[in-house]
Amino acid sequence: MPDVQALVNDFLIKLKKRKIEGSQATARHTAELLRSVISQQRVPYTNQAAALIDAVRAVGEKLIAANPVELAVGNIVRRVLHIIREEDLSLTTAAIAGLNLSAASDGDDDDDGEQDEHTVLSAAAVAAAARSTLRPPSLQTLLEDIPESAAIPRTSSSGGDSEGKSKSADKSSRTRRLKHDVIEAVNELIQDITSCHEQIAEQAIEHIHQNEVILTLGSSKTVLEFLYAAKEKKRSFRVFVAEGAPRYQGHLLAKELVARGLQTTLITDSAVFAIISRVNMVIVGAHAVMANGGVIAPVGLNMVALAAQKHAVPFVVLAGSHKLCPLYPHNPEVLLNELRSPSELLDFGEFSDCLDFGSGTGSPLLHVVNPAFDYVPPKLVSLFITDTGGHNPSYMYRLIADYYSADDLVVRRRNALGN
Amino acid sequence: MQLKRKSYNPTESLLGASPPLASPSSRVIGDGEFSEESSVGWFRRSNSAKFASSFSGGFDLTSVKSSETMGFHQVKKPVVAQPKEEKSGASAVVEPQVNKGLSSSSGAKPSKEKTTKAERRALQEAQRAAKAAAKAMTVSEGVSTSKPVKQQPAQKKDAPPPASSIAASDRKGGERSMEKERRKDIPAPRMQFDDRSRVEKAKKRAVVNQSEARNRVELFRHLPQYEHGTQLPDLESKFFQLDPMHPAVYKVGLQYLAGDISGGNARCIAMLQAFQEVIKDYSTPPEKSLTRDLTAKISSFVSFFIECRPFSMSMGNAIRFLKSRIAKLPLTVSESEAKASLCADIDRFINEKIVLADNVIIRHAVTKITDGDVLLTYGSSCVVEMILLYAHELGKRFHVVIVDSHPKLEGQGLLRRLVGKGLRCTYTHINAVSYIMHDVTRVFLGSSSVLSNGTVYSRVGTACVAMVAHAFHVPVLICCEAYKFHERVLLDSICSNELGDPDAISKVPGRMDINFLDDLTNKDNLQLLNLMYDATPSEYVSMIITDYGMIPPTSVPVIVREYGREHLWIQ
Repeated sequence: MPDVQALVNDFLIKLKKRKIEGSQATARHTAELLRSVISQQRVPYTNQAAALIDAVRAVGEKLIAANPVELAVGNIVRRVLHIIREEDLSLTTAAIAGLNLSAASDGDDDDDGEQDEHTVLSAAAVAAAARSTLRPPSLQTLLEDIPESAAIPRTSSSGGDSEGKSKSADKSSRTRRLKHDVIEAVNELIQDITSCHEQIAEQAIEHIHQNEVILTLGSSKTVLEFLYAAKEKKRSFRVFVAEGAPRYQGHLLAKELVARGLQTTLITDSAVFAIISRVNMVIVGAHAVMANGGVIAPVGLNMVALAAQKHAVPFVVLAGSHKLCPLYPHNPEVLLNELRSPSELLDFGEFSDCLDFGSGTGSPLLHVVNPAFDYVPPKLVSLFITDTGGHNPSYMYRLIADYYSADDLVVRRRNALGN
Repeated sequence: MQLKRKSYNPTESLLGASPPLASPSSRVIGDGEFSEESSVGWFRRSNSAKFASSFSGGFDLTSVKSSETMGFHQVKKPVVAQPKEEKSGASAVVEPQVNKGLSSSSGAKPSKEKTTKAERRALQEAQRAAKAAAKAMTVSEGVSTSKPVKQQPAQKKDAPPPASSIAASDRKGGERSMEKERRKDIPAPRMQFDDRSRVEKAKKRAVVNQSEARNRVELFRHLPQYEHGTQLPDLESKFFQLDPMHPAVYKVGLQYLAGDISGGNARCIAMLQAFQEVIKDYSTPPEKSLTRDLTAKISSFVSFFIECRPFSMSMGNAIRFLKSRIAKLPLTVSESEAKASLCADIDRFINEKIVLADNVIIRHAVTKITDGDVLLTYGSSCVVEMILLYAHELGKRFHVVIVDSHPKLEGQGLLRRLVGKGLRCTYTHINAVSYIMHDVTRVFLGSSSVLSNGTVYSRVGTACVAMVAHAFHVPVLICCEAYKFHERVLLDSICSNELGDPDAISKVPGRMDINFLDDLTNKDNLQLLNLMYDATPSEYVSMIITDYGMIPPTSVPVIVREYGREHLWIQ
């Protein structure tokens, strides 16, 4: 499948060169790429899910390596893996249920006797395993007393297990159905990613009251839609936009807001502390939300969050579900950050003579630091608004768990070790 | 620049660390003389008021000429006879003068309250007469006997304060009582620019033709906000029509307007030097007194400066110093002597309060820098720059982080100068301050003013840097000369601030791609806010390094109280 390979390479280069801006665009591209990877993937008769998972993982690993700080890539890869597992699971349970039904009604299958019992057990185990991975065990599971430790290992093998069993039944239709279902689900995911703005914006009216003064920094499409949605509902409020040096995306946001008729004031980043005492709410976008409720955000937001905390101003983060990352950050300021070009801060032409100043050791006297992201710790965040509603930072780990399989959280590490 | 050079000579002789520190206190003691004088002035004043009222008919009804003739009368009399004029008072006065301790203030208060408007008027007339007499006397007599010369300063001392207050109130068109003038604890409320009628009045007086900016930010309506760039050509064309304006003042005013001079110290020095020029070229118009006329003149120049750019609080302190010097000028001295003494005063203020103070601050601050430190500074403060350069000269090995912010980007100039001197620097912008703060060991910040509740009023963004440093438990050291301390209090950055050119925001120097707002400047619902200052709460400040030593922010009111006012400025 040369065309998929070409697509993957193309996307890799784009990621490496940071040609794709914004986590939403990255997420959508990743999902579309993985969809074509899945559709092109030739599936063997046995162990289809594993084959798909392997294919997605192989591509996903490369994508993650291409831009490790763009967490949306990893998120989408994990989401797709989760989708495959889920679809496989539901197909298996459905097939087994059908098998059971037929076995019970027919009753003349001689060799089905012990196998039947095994399948029933297996189906229950699979269901329990699926639940126990991320969901709390159901009351039934607790009552039936199926040991979780026994159930979990079966999850990974359950696909192949039941595959082997139902081989005789209707393999051809099942083969098609798994791939079809997965692609359907990925399409839904893409749909979700593209429409997350609207879903977040729908909640705007609940959070913005009349005559509110809102501060934001930099530019975020989610924030723009959010504010505009409130404005459309006839709320009148004022927006302070901090320009967000060194990229000055705030200018862009201010322009958009003005074009949509909102009362907008553009301020410098340095005036944030001066202004925040008169602000009712800070609404910002995020780059990624970590499982502990911390936020990887455009640079400068930690400062804004601290100022907001000092003046007891609510600090609200808008994030689509593709930004929810199941990882816990360690030293995120350094490890989940990237340094951009110094030319955004200093004019090389102007400072060329300074830049090659060498001291005795030969290292230049002048350094320029231009980080792209800030880490906002969870204690500074008042509220997350995602497409599923508002959440506390301390709840994010649970929300995130809904979207991912526990097996995939470590997928990157396992792959990294494997290679 | 000159300031920097001066401070960079290893001027051990200038400092010796202790003299400048000790000097204020020694002066306070030395001020016994001064307080004595002022108290004498008090007694004298009440006397002369009485004296004047008794002769009031003559003074009020007769013309200036008659008072002059009266002056000549006095001259003709033997000088020794002059105290005799104040029959009852003279002897009574001498006594308190001798045995009086420091009851000047307690004694002054009740007598102050007693003076009514009419009395003051009479007093003023009396003083005018006395002054005329004195002038005639100095001309005719020169230095004759020792007794009158001794006596006279004491007597003449009383003239200036009411004169200046009346001059000021004449100018303002408002009624300001002497008491109020004296009680400087409560500064007069500033001009609020959301008051329509007052703004209109101010506009009629204004020299600089200002058109108000459109799209002003609602929160900041009380601050002056004008279209930038329109005044300069207008003012230039007016050069020949403004005859009373001194060229030196005009030049400095234009420099303020164009932004060529910025930074509290530089602006203050430029202003004082312009006034020095004014004083050198000044000649008292006939039938006017130097103290009153010069004060009025300086006040008009000050309002011109304020039209060009609002004053910083430190400059207000400098103006108060100058005015009080003029007011305290003995009437007996000739015009040339008075001018020379004022120029010397100004020189001394610049030297002691700014240059020497910076030297002391540098010595103090350098003790806080150790090898391996990473020092963060924000924007471009000349004191901090001197500290860094001096520490580098001493051979300390440290790293400097310069944090900068749009639109002024003052840090680039500092960066260039420091790198040119061989310091290791890291340059970044204010948004990245929480990224870089992990590595920083000390934060050195300059300040435009330190207010008596410990709030540091400084370049916008300082509060952000101090806040982040506080969050990361990095000590914040504010370097500020004591003449910038002010008894006002501020809680936020909204009530008192200065608005810069809003259009400066939409452009980013060296970044042609940032042009989103080019066509939007006329939109009604877009406002650009370019604040110049912000107020850093005292809780973020670990220490203030000033010429009186290193103090916590809670000690600022103590400095203002103990060393402020006269003690600070009059020595």
